[in-house]
Amino acid sequence: MKKLIVAFLLATAPLLGLAAGGGVHLDDADIDVSDQASLQRGAKFFVNYCLSCHSAKFQRYNRMARDLGLTEDEVKENLMFTTDKIGDTMTIAMSDANAEAWFGVVPPDLSLIARARGVDYIYTYLRSFYVDEARPFGVNNVVFKDVGMPHVMWELQGMQKAVFEEVDGQQVVKELVPVEGAAGKGKLSPEEFDGAMRDLTAFLSYVAEPVQLERKRLGTWVLLFLAVFFVLSYLLKKEYWKDVH
Amino acid sequence: MSLMTWIDERFPATKVWNEHLAEYYAPKNFNFWYFFGSLAMLVLVNQILTGIWLAMSYKPDAMLAFGSVEYIMRDVEWGWLIRYLHSTGASAFFIVIYLHMFRGLIYGSYRAPRELLWIIGVVLYVLMMATAFMGYLLPWGQMSYWGAQVIINLFSAVPVIGPDLGVWIRGDYVISDATLNRFFALHFLLPFLLAAVVFIHIVALHKVGSNNPDGIEIKKNKDANGIPKDGIPFHPYYSVKDTVGVAGFLFLFAAAVFFAPEMGGYFLEPPNFDPADPLKTPLHIAPVWYFTPFYAILRAVPSMAGSAFPGVLAMGAAIVVMFFLPWLDRSPVKSVRYKGPIVKGAIAIFVVVFILLGWLGTQPVTPFLTLLAQICTVLYFAFFLLMPIYSKMDKTKPVPERVTQ
Repeated sequence: MKKLIVAFLLATAPLLGLAAGGGVHLDDADIDVSDQASLQRGAKFFVNYCLSCHSAKFQRYNRMARDLGLTEDEVKENLMFTTDKIGDTMTIAMSDANAEAWFGVVPPDLSLIARARGVDYIYTYLRSFYVDEARPFGVNNVVFKDVGMPHVMWELQGMQKAVFEEVDGQQVVKELVPVEGAAGKGKLSPEEFDGAMRDLTAFLSYVAEPVQLERKRLGTWVLLFLAVFFVLSYLLKKEYWKDVH
Repeated sequence: MSLMTWIDERFPATKVWNEHLAEYYAPKNFNFWYFFGSLAMLVLVNQILTGIWLAMSYKPDAMLAFGSVEYIMRDVEWGWLIRYLHSTGASAFFIVIYLHMFRGLIYGSYRAPRELLWIIGVVLYVLMMATAFMGYLLPWGQMSYWGAQVIINLFSAVPVIGPDLGVWIRGDYVISDATLNRFFALHFLLPFLLAAVVFIHIVALHKVGSNNPDGIEIKKNKDANGIPKDGIPFHPYYSVKDTVGVAGFLFLFAAAVFFAPEMGGYFLEPPNFDPADPLKTPLHIAPVWYFTPFYAILRAVPSMAGSAFPGVLAMGAAIVVMFFLPWLDRSPVKSVRYKGPIVKGAIAIFVVVFILLGWLGTQPVTPFLTLLAQICTVLYFAFFLLMPIYSKMDKTKPVPERVTQ
């Protein structure tokens, strides 16, 4: 057993060197993809605020209905605006050429964004827009500097401004605070907005790997089976090896 | 006349069965480290089977490849499981092979008369790396694309013929659809070559017989019937024992497949979930973890006269030097059990250095890390090149006549 542990450590030691990543602090998204209500709310935010510019071209509406515990009619009525075929994927009407003309870059497809960037990144990014008059849409982002995306959810969050501090001669964002007056107040309280973005992040995590819950559910049974198989094969081996001295 | 007799008169079925399983005598003192040969074959079979099924839905086309992988993950029945078995299997293959090679290293399984067995094994390792490298391009993600770019540029660093060599490998001036197509063709072919060389590896093994943790030739002590006294028939003893190893391995393997298929970004790298974009270089390009020790050696060697070729040479030499191991070891004993403190220390340092190089290969370059990589590179080569000296002067212990338990 000791050797087994040593071998396992040897084999996995390189994994311990997991790098912490870029310089920006990311908040813990703390999502729960098994919470269907959270995913449903996230889906609502996604189709209302993201899906006009960003596609999720690998995600089918009927798959989403099934996985989120919705009927196909519910999805058709509340979450489908760009197509009327339930078997379609979440594509958008905007062409790449138009997108480039309007935003400078083509907004990326979001099917796999949660796996490419990580959920903490998305959760922090969505909450980190701040006023920056130098940018075309009047906002910048702490996590993704000079991003081409406007703050589409400013109505919900209210506008934020950045408080800078100087570190090693560079201006670094220290914290984000609401701007003074009515523009700083969103329809949602800060806690509600964080919750909404958590739901949206959870939905994006689901979209990035729709099978993830099923994978873990099946995996538990597979491991149980293999544990029993291990014990039985060990007993069989012991029986055979009785006469080896 | 029984059916078996009928067959045996036409095909040596029983003879082969006996010679290679029922009457193939293996030392009775195999320990934990001896599981990894059979496990490597298991993983190879897993890779070939899941690979064939993936190929049924995969599209080797620069416009379609990335989407076809997601199609497999989402719309193909059990496609996600087949894909994860294959992607996790690639890393598992290297973990198993590295442990298998480590076994050979500590018990002197490369020493006479097993030099060819070892060399065939290193050939297998090189084939495996080629297969893995080509397979990694197929998902056509950012890391697929830029990782392949970095590796193919190594060939372009060869003086005089380099640029043409790069074009010849890619089939284009950049990595493109043509590259993807040929890598797919070769990635499909190489595993069958690999299987053929595995067969040759086993033929060589059964000619010389297995080594064991004591490094003693069991054929030197035979009973009246010519059967090694310390040998037991492979079947049923090791077939049942290897089954236990298979069960234990599958448990860990399934734990990765079902609960951590990305393995924190080491088995499936996050940038590879972005489709390949020839116009957007990722900030930090690192090959998959099983190549990183050699990648660290490559980066450790400074460019000379504006050419990265010295680093490429060092990286190649790091693999080529393994072929010479049977003649570098001058110790009078085979197994680490009877070797002295110098060799034991050298092996310990080598293990640390190899793991450290692997970690360094995943990190961005800083002056301190480069220095560390340079030290590790020197130690890596010193382990091999100074072996004729230190293995000879080491104080060994007497080797017993018969194997110990």
